[in-house]
Amino acid sequence: MDLYARRRMSNYVVVGLSLAATAFGLLFLVFVLGTLLVNGIGALNLTLFTQATPPPGSSGGLINAICGSLAMTAIATLVGTPTGILAGTFLAEYAHNSRFGEFVRFINDILLSAPSIIVGLFVYSIVVVPMGHFSAWAGSIALAIIMIPVIVRTTEDMLSLVPSALREAAAALGAPKWKIIVTITYRSAVQGMLTGVLLAVARISGETAPLLFTALNNQFWSTNLNAPMANLPVVIFQFAMSPYSDWQALAWAGALLITVTILLLNISARLFASWSGLEK
Amino acid sequence: MVAITDTARRRRPAGGGGDAVFHGLTVAFAVLVLVILGGVIVSLVYGAWPALQKFGVGFVFNGAWNPVTENFGALAPIYGTLVTSLIAMLIGIPVAFGVALFITELCPKWLKRPLGTMIELLAAIPSIIYGIWGLFVLAPFIQQYVEPALIGTLGKIPGFGLLFAGPPLGIGVLTAGFILAIMVLPFIASVMRDVFETVPPMLKESAYGIGATTTEVVWRVVLPFTRIGVVGGILLGLGRALGETMAVTFVIGNSHHINLSILQPGTTISAALANEFTEAVGDLYQSSLIALGFILFLITFVVLAAAKLMLIRLQKGAGT
Repeated sequence: MDLYARRRMSNYVVVGLSLAATAFGLLFLVFVLGTLLVNGIGALNLTLFTQATPPPGSSGGLINAICGSLAMTAIATLVGTPTGILAGTFLAEYAHNSRFGEFVRFINDILLSAPSIIVGLFVYSIVVVPMGHFSAWAGSIALAIIMIPVIVRTTEDMLSLVPSALREAAAALGAPKWKIIVTITYRSAVQGMLTGVLLAVARISGETAPLLFTALNNQFWSTNLNAPMANLPVVIFQFAMSPYSDWQALAWAGALLITVTILLLNISARLFASWSGLEK
Repeated sequence: MVAITDTARRRRPAGGGGDAVFHGLTVAFAVLVLVILGGVIVSLVYGAWPALQKFGVGFVFNGAWNPVTENFGALAPIYGTLVTSLIAMLIGIPVAFGVALFITELCPKWLKRPLGTMIELLAAIPSIIYGIWGLFVLAPFIQQYVEPALIGTLGKIPGFGLLFAGPPLGIGVLTAGFILAIMVLPFIASVMRDVFETVPPMLKESAYGIGATTTEVVWRVVLPFTRIGVVGGILLGLGRALGETMAVTFVIGNSHHINLSILQPGTTISAALANEFTEAVGDLYQSSLIALGFILFLITFVVLAAAKLMLIRLQKGAGT
């Protein structure tokens, strides 16, 4: 075989392997979503939304877990969003070329990918141990801590996209810096920042590990934030690992609910970003 | 003139005051990010102290895990964490490279965005979903088809075959590693895609212009140019794999017994925490689990910091 043919051959092999790798990746996306749909839809029914989690061997729903998840996600979002946005503002607007800013950015990126179970341990020792019991508050705090770095990151990225000519124009009119940031920079970046919040909500709505030792779980309907509260991820974990088929069916239904929610949040965040012309 | 300067002077302190408050507020929340990380370290060390004091450095090399005699060692979970992550990397890196190569060099333009989105959706699926899928779908599949084949072929090689010894259980280190590979694939692929796109088109076009094939362009131009970024992306994926909890907990079998065969059950640090922490009775038991968490934190911190430093270096290089 001459050199030319050999080079062409090796190119075909690499291109073929690359195609195969992409097909492999997509195959699993389809495979995971497919099984989820088949098993989840089979277990979907109205009682999911009307009844609380059952003891083994009887029928029930997931309403306590759904509401618990919604409540804890909402509290985490209320705490995490302003925190993340302000810290992100500092990085984008005040910390240009400062060593401190670079350090914060570095630490934030580490927190962004740190194992979430470690956050669970942290909240366990600072909230659960002093309080003496598991609680929905602890769960919300753990989720907020996971959310903050995501929002810091997207806020900084989005604010950096705002052209500095806008800021300079406002500064030339004599506006103080805080006013420039709040009325000019935020206003031009608001869609991007909202996208970041949506993605952060999507990220925490499936988190299980940090809730295991903070919110724990609750078999019954509860609105007491100071007590253990049911939540979808932990219920899925317990029910899927159980030997009872009706519990397993509920786990599939819960898994489908979570995945659909997360994919919808992700897709709407993307649409939102492309409408506002933020995506390249 | 004078009057205007006067109002300007009178107004400036008001604006300046607002500035100071707003600036102070943003700094405070930036500091909060540091406090969280500091708090994580302090609380882990504090919680792990009784165990570290009792067992000393030997904790890391002790293979026992016996709640009854209160003899705890971290060797089995550390071993499991490293082996599952290694399997994930062995499968995940080549596949992620292929995907990134396809997206940046081969696929038609209209397919780029949808493909990128799909890979990112794969990253958005939470780990508990991979866990339940792994338990009910992947584990039986591996038990029925993959493991018997491995035992029948690679398992027959003397020495090396010990890695594939024992009955096909489905639940075990191999299955956990495989799920991890699927989970880190999108992270590595999207970082690789991003760094591949930082290669100046001029460089690639020159190579194509003198008749280089796609393979040669990637090996001789793209990869040398993006080396650091690629390694950074791989480390980022490794950081994820090391700390991944739920997907592994479902399929690894949670056995504190170090087994050479990757077909047998094992445990990882995060799986041990998820399974045992709320049921740990006794201070020493709980403290040992927190010590495990501390070790996990140290390992991932080093890996993630290295990844970050490499990606920062690449960014700075691309800027000049």
